[in-house]
Parts: sequence; structure tokens; C-alpha cells
Amino acid sequence: MLVPALAGPIRPSVESAMTPQTPITGRAIRRIVLERSYRAGVGHIGSSLSVADLLAAVYDSQLKHPDVRDPDRNRFILSKGHAALALYAALYLKGWMSEEQLASFCTDGSPVGVHPEHTVPGIDFSTGSLGHGLSIGAGSALGARLQGARRRVFVLVSDAECNEGSLWEAAMFASHHGLANLIVLLDLNGQQALGYTRQVLDLSDMPGRWRAFGWDASEVDGHDVDRIVSAIEACDGLSGPPHVIVARTTFGKGVSFMERQIKWHYWPMSEAEYRQAISELEDRS
Amino acid sequence: MRAAFIRTLVELAERDPRVLLLTGDLGYTTVEPFSERFPGRFFNVGVAEQNMVGLSTGLADAGFIPFVYSIAPFAALRPYEFIRNGPIVHRLPVRIVGVGGGFEYGANGVSHYGLEDVGVMRVQPDLTLIAPADHEQARSALLATWNVPGPVYYRLGKDDRTTVPGLGGRFDPGRLQVVREGEDALMLCLGAIAAEAVVAAGALASRGVSCAVAVAASLNPAPVDDLADLISRYRLAVAVEAHYTNGGLGSLVCEVVAERELRCRVVRCGVDRTPIGIPGSTAHLHRRHGLDAEALVDRIGRELGRPRR
Repeated sequence: MLVPALAGPIRPSVESAMTPQTPITGRAIRRIVLERSYRAGVGHIGSSLSVADLLAAVYDSQLKHPDVRDPDRNRFILSKGHAALALYAALYLKGWMSEEQLASFCTDGSPVGVHPEHTVPGIDFSTGSLGHGLSIGAGSALGARLQGARRRVFVLVSDAECNEGSLWEAAMFASHHGLANLIVLLDLNGQQALGYTRQVLDLSDMPGRWRAFGWDASEVDGHDVDRIVSAIEACDGLSGPPHVIVARTTFGKGVSFMERQIKWHYWPMSEAEYRQAISELEDRS
Repeated sequence: MRAAFIRTLVELAERDPRVLLLTGDLGYTTVEPFSERFPGRFFNVGVAEQNMVGLSTGLADAGFIPFVYSIAPFAALRPYEFIRNGPIVHRLPVRIVGVGGGFEYGANGVSHYGLEDVGVMRVQPDLTLIAPADHEQARSALLATWNVPGPVYYRLGKDDRTTVPGLGGRFDPGRLQVVREGEDALMLCLGAIAAEAVVAAGALASRGVSCAVAVAASLNPAPVDDLADLISRYRLAVAVEAHYTNGGLGSLVCEVVAERELRCRVVRCGVDRTPIGIPGSTAHLHRRHGLDAEALVDRIGRELGRPRR
């Protein structure tokens, strides 16, 4: 569904959200998510808002390589590829994606689409099919160990993605082989496309499930960047089991009418909704 | 073929430390030459083929050349989407090894048959697809393709003794190998069933029918020019494959005939129904599906006797 065109141009951002900056904040990511999804008339907004602070934490503290093609860089896999707009925002704020490329989101001929493609510099792997990313991440972590490299692999998965059996295949492999350099960030927002996870397939005691598969599991407020960074830094990357950081998040975080609402998994914003969303974001600054 | 393949893989692994072997808990008495020589480069990932392909995607991105090994349907079909979204989309050098193409796991039943693997793999434009006809060709095909940039699917047989007369282990990507000359009809063969076709050609010769036999082991790149050149010399081309008639070599032959506007009748000898309820030996299944030498002789005799349309 296409939303009507704006009567006038979108006002310039109050803060310099369209300029690479340090530190990267969840709020800056959210602003870009709202602007770009509105301009493109594309949904998946709630999921992108859900992971904004996780991306801010990992991109600000862990992904510091100067060259996005450096073979020894830490890897990041957005296994829940439908939150790609938040990833593009992080890449832009990192200075790894141009404003022109960000602005091409979902335009004809642009590689910057609804789901991420590795042809975009800074995207390590193309994703979009849930349940795929963790096995790639486990292979990437195993490869690093075979090469004696100290790089780490981060995989951001959704809670609903844990419906996929393939994810647990990878989880078993990673713990059996002690892939300590593998860190899963789990976006526990309790929602999926057609309902709440407790209604679709009950995922209660998520940390316990991962521990039963041999993982080191911790829980954190998924919107507290400092605590997310602390949880990452507490992970032993050299020995022991792989790590999962179960991040309790709010779907649609930061926009009142989107929070915990199933509709905003897919729905794009109207002009009035967009203006309200931006206003709420600014009011919280 | 599988033993020859693994022996050759050991040679390659001696030369190149990037070569790894992963198995989905299959290959007993086959993978040991590799696992014992390179225990640190061998991984039994368990019965988890999707993860095996996903792992290999990450490993290939890190610079390795991972070979993943399983029975054909488990190697090709269970993780098909992972093959597509992993090594194909990322153009990474993952090698999928599917053992037992066709009916080679005869008595094990339909779950173990590889009857559509070539069809589903052939549609992927950026996947190299190799189906050797005997163990000598399996070796030469591996030596010719192990280091190509993108992913490869190898469809292997289990037989490590039979050779296809006239083949001599020849293999060239994108080419056919003619193993027997003839003038009245042409048999085009996929995989180990080629040996049966050669037997059929011998029997036809004793009846005064001269039948050529060629092997198509390189399905992608497809031997389009060789096929067009060869088919144009015959009025009857018979595709012979232990594979569903749709999607495999017979379909490729039809595509070439149509696109090159060739005047040649095509007969597809393959499997045209889901083979349930009739398990048995490979020979039994070939017979039931019209793929043994006797059935091929009868079919070609009948087709040559039909008036041209």
C-alpha cells in the first residue's frame, strides 16, 4: 500500500540525525527509520524501532573496523532481516553508508531494500529468510577459530525466529563446538507478524531454552544501551560456550500508537501518523 | 564414485588448506580417508543439513572451500533454500555433494531417492551442476571444478567399480562426452545410468540399429552447443536419466531442440510417477521405470519404427 505524498517537504531533522555521528543512539536510528519508511511507504517499522538500541550498542561499541571489507573485521548478521531499515540507519550513522544511498531506500534500482543485501557495503550477509542467520554466524565463528583469528560474530535474531528448527540446529552446533566468539542478540519483543508470541507459539523462559542448549544466557533491558554494552563486554570471547543476550524490548518502541501493536509489523504510516510519530520522538529528547 | 571423490578430495586437501569436509552424519566407510587424514578439517555436524549449509556459507565467507556431504535428497532438497540464500546469493565456494542420485538407495525407499535434484539445481543460474557417469569421471570432474568461484552441486553415484565404456574419465565443463558413435539414434545420458545405455546400444547394434551414446555430466554450464551440434545429426534423440522426466536432462534436450529449431524427435526416458510402494534393488527400479538396457532397446526400437510426423 502506498501512502499519500506529503503536501510539503519533510522538515529537516531537529537533531542532526542525517549526519554521521558518535555515539550512535537508538533515538537517531529511530528518527531515520521513521523518515525513510514514511518516504518509501514501507512497513516493518515496529520491528526496526524494537532493535534500534541493540544496533546502537553493537555498532557503537563492537563494530569499529576502519574498512567494511577487512576480512578480520567483526561480523554482524541481522538475521531478522525485516528490520533492515534500522541497520541502514546504523550504517549511515557509522559513516559507512552515504546519505544518497540511504535516501534510495526502496526506490527502483537501489540495492537498499526492505531486507538487507550483501552487495551494500557494510552488510556482511544477505538475510530475510528467518532461521538462516545463526547457522551462517556459527560457520563464520568456526572459520575465525580455524584461522586463529580473534574476531567476533554478532547475530541479531528475533524471538519469533526461534520458531524455526534450523535456528536450534545451529544453536546445538555452536555450543557443542564451544564457539565462544559467537554472540546472539535476541530481540524479545513478544510479537510476530500475525500475533503475540505467547499466542502463536509460547516462547516463555527464553534464557532457559538457550541454557538447555548449552549457551551462556543473560537478560538485559533491550533499550538500555549501556547495559547492552556491558552484557556484551561480559562475554568471554575466547573460551566457554557461545553467548545469548536476551534483550527485553518493546515492539514499536518510542512511538506510542505503535508500541505492542500487531498492525505495525507490516503497516506503513499515513502523513498524520508520521507527523505524530516524529513529534513523539522529539518530545522524548 | 563417492570413494573416488573422497580420495580425490584428500589429494586436494593436501594441496590446499582451505578445503574442509562436513557431513550430515552420513558416509560411513566413505569419508574416513578424509576424516582420518584431516581431523581438524572434518566436521560431522549431526543430522542437520540446513545448518550444515548455513555453516558452510559462513566458512566460505571466511575463506574456506567447504564440501558438504549427504545422500542426494538430504543434500539438495532439505536445505535447498539455504543453498539458494547462502552460497548462491553470496556467490561463495560451497560444494554440495549429493550421493546416490536416482535409485541408488533402492531398497531404502522413496525418501532416499534423488529424482529431482538435477531439476531443482539446474534452474539456479549461478550454481555449477555436475553429475558424473562413473568414478573415473567423478575424479576428473572434481579436479576440474573444485576451485571455481561460486557454489557447485555434485550428484554422485555409489558405484566405484563400473566404468562407462568409451568414457575414459573424460570431463570438460560445458561439454558432452560421446562414448559411442552411431547413426540411427542418439542416447543422451545423465549419471550412472549411462552404463546401461551403452549396453542397450550394443544390443541394438546386434539388431542392426546404430545408436550413439553421449554423457552429459556438466549440466550447468550446460553443454548447449554440443547438444545442438550432435542432435542436429539425428532424427531421434533419447534422454536417459534416473530422474523425473521433467526438469532434468530430457528437459534440457527439449529446450535446446526448441531454441535451436532442430528437426529431431525427443524421447525422455526417466521416471514419470512418484515411485511409492515398489521399493527394491536399483536394477528392479530401473526395470520398473523403463531404464534398464532391455527396456531402452525396446523403447528405441519402437520409436524408430514410428512414422515421422
